[in-house]
Amino acid sequence: MDRALNQTYKVVTLLSALVIIAVIVGIFATLLYQSFPAIKAFGIFDFIFGTEWNPSTEVYNGGRPLLGTIITTILALSIAIPIAIGIAIFITELCPAILRQPVGTAIELLAAIPSIIYGMWGLFVFAPILERTIQPAIAFIFGSLPVIGSFFQVSYGGGANIFTTAMVLAVMVIPFIASITRDTFMQVPAVLKESAYGIGATKWEVIKDVVIPYSKAGTAGGIIIATGRALGETMAVAYVIDNRHGALESIFSPFTTITSVLANEFNEASGIHLSSLFFLALILFVANLLILSAAKYMLRGSIAK
Amino acid sequence: MDKALITVKDLNFFYGKHHALKNINMSVQKNKITSLIGPSGCGKTTLLRCFNRMHDLYPNNRYEGEIVMNGANILAPEADTIELRSSMGMVFQKPTPFPMSIADNIAYGPRLKGVKNKAILAEKVERALRQAALWDEVKDRLNSSANSLSGGQQQRLVIARALAVDPAVILFDEPTSALDPISTTKIEELMVELQDDVTILIVTHNMQQAARISNYTAFMYLGEIIEMDETNTIFTRPKVKMTEDYVMGRFG
Amino acid sequence: MRSRKLTNLIALTISALCAAVGLFFLFFILFDVLRNGISSINWALFTQDPAPPFGDSAGGLRNAFVGQGILTLVAVIIGVPLGMLGGTFLAEYGRFSKVGRVVSVLSDIAVSMPSIVIGTFVYAILVKPLHTFNGWAGAAALAVIMLPVIIRTTEDMMRLVPWTLREAAFALGAPYHKVIIQIVYKAASRGIFTGILLAIARIAGETAPLLFTSFNNNFFSLDMTEPMPSLTVTIYQYAASPYDSWVQMAWAAAFVITFFILILNIAGRLWIKR
Repeated sequence: MDRALNQTYKVVTLLSALVIIAVIVGIFATLLYQSFPAIKAFGIFDFIFGTEWNPSTEVYNGGRPLLGTIITTILALSIAIPIAIGIAIFITELCPAILRQPVGTAIELLAAIPSIIYGMWGLFVFAPILERTIQPAIAFIFGSLPVIGSFFQVSYGGGANIFTTAMVLAVMVIPFIASITRDTFMQVPAVLKESAYGIGATKWEVIKDVVIPYSKAGTAGGIIIATGRALGETMAVAYVIDNRHGALESIFSPFTTITSVLANEFNEASGIHLSSLFFLALILFVANLLILSAAKYMLRGSIAK
Repeated sequence: MDKALITVKDLNFFYGKHHALKNINMSVQKNKITSLIGPSGCGKTTLLRCFNRMHDLYPNNRYEGEIVMNGANILAPEADTIELRSSMGMVFQKPTPFPMSIADNIAYGPRLKGVKNKAILAEKVERALRQAALWDEVKDRLNSSANSLSGGQQQRLVIARALAVDPAVILFDEPTSALDPISTTKIEELMVELQDDVTILIVTHNMQQAARISNYTAFMYLGEIIEMDETNTIFTRPKVKMTEDYVMGRFG
Repeated sequence: MRSRKLTNLIALTISALCAAVGLFFLFFILFDVLRNGISSINWALFTQDPAPPFGDSAGGLRNAFVGQGILTLVAVIIGVPLGMLGGTFLAEYGRFSKVGRVVSVLSDIAVSMPSIVIGTFVYAILVKPLHTFNGWAGAAALAVIMLPVIIRTTEDMMRLVPWTLREAAFALGAPYHKVIIQIVYKAASRGIFTGILLAIARIAGETAPLLFTSFNNNFFSLDMTEPMPSLTVTIYQYAASPYDSWVQMAWAAAFVITFFILILNIAGRLWIKR
């Protein structure tokens, strides 16, 4: 009796565990199947590198959304990484012990705020502020540079553009990088730090020469997880990038990303248009899978996260 | 002459490829206390865990040989481990109170065996707690969490829990190594009293403890039993030089 | 030596500024949500359904609150037991098995899967064949998002229960399923419960996966085979609308949902620490 019940329970838990494999394989198979018409019509290479997205000619190439996703992600990370590492340093090395927990929690709570809220806030509050302050400053400094200057010129009003998107994304991914980096910093053995202090190093030198090199792998893993997060972020991006299919003119212009094009067009699309959107979702899914596997690999053995 | 309850014949045990116990032959006498002593890593805990087949919980473990109790080989593949374990108690290094009330902890074993009657359970709880000399300390708070007890009390609770199923044997794995001296004395006195009812096997790294409480002692080294005899003999006139060195504190 | 000390001071000041920036944004966002949302909170928000934007009364979002509740509840009913059982396999029966390890790694990856991708997947299997957005699809998408989170927390929390506790139960002759159900679940209950709270907090704020599945509905509906309203999709549509009263309601909804999620998060953290 007990033996039979135990076997039953074992099988039930096994089947439940297998559901997650079924889901992941199911997502891949379903998206692949749905994107088949688009793959057949445009080819993988042309879809990825082509820039046309035209409902009237029924030609849909994903080059621009892909480019938009990559640019916003890179910009967001280059803003977020230094700040997040700074936060981790503050929490582990500088912060008075009683404040350590509350500050850490407060930063982590940034990750709990729903992305739709980031989108609303980004569009109504943050974008107008950026448009009045940082945006003209950057345009003033870099806008007159030869060749690349045009990428920093402002030709659209409203503040919904690539730069704002990157800023909002940066705020959203900071907690991910900061908390993983903090966890790896905490694991640096005290003796290592003490031996550096022992030969007269300053706090910053200990951080720079001992703590950061020691926790490279963990920090890198955190950054990769944040990358996955930024690539797949939808609602906030859909609000502040203003989804437009034109050519890339400037970081202060509206543009498109995989997620914003999905959020804006999926429900109205049909036929080859819908299939192309599924193909974009598939690309996002695969890219994310690869990136997270890489993170998993780098974080292996370092921290359980 | 004492009567052997359990006989171990040519027992070998492997953790994967590691040959952890080598040609163990010994007998455990009924209603006596038998200690297993020896330096860390000598295999004494491994041997203890063969008696209730605890090793079956992990993969790649393999027994060879026999452990015979009541005429049956408990290492036989067809032997029912669940039945075997419910006839033996086990007490670990650290107290292992279950996350439930004191009374439910004691009643856990009887309930597993299908006892549902509340009066019978209550009676078993009281008897086991009295046997373990814990009744007077907890009788007014049987329904409070077992985690609220002190470490020494928790260990006696675990012993009471083992007693509640009327086991033939109780296996103790360094039961006092996490306790203070006063609690240790209480547990030792308890073990000596209990031997009228049960047979006790105890692993200890504390030689004085083995000398104080046990009737028989086996000295183990590198997975083998070097010498086994009455405790008195082992500690005063051991036959093997290595045993003498160990009990005199010259190594280990 | 002086320049080294100066570098030290500058570097440490910058890192303190970074922390200030992070905290600044948290309070900046919360303050704006609070400021814009609280003025639109009134009784009608919870008791009335949406009215046309031109009338005297803006109406309320009763339909969206109820819809959100139903979607979340159904997702929890599907996701929590499945996730707990799966996590049980990883921590117990399958702890030495290859399948267990593969599922554990895949769950970790699935935790960070873009939720919009899950939306497109559920659309393909539960909306397209039925030719209508429906509540079941929305709940299914949320359950898929929740599943790996529950699996991993259950696994982690069960692994925190010391092995000797299981051995003590085995030593009394308990079969494995009873050890798990009577001992391990009980010992890990606090952690698992916190994990469930945090998972609910996570799905309560999701918009992208609902957009293509349960979509939205301006009317009160309890019918899971019909499009079902939710707070988040309502926020998405109302905030971008040209009507002031709708934008105001979007802020009010944003306020309610943000603070609901933050409270769940903080409660979860406090609960586990106790």
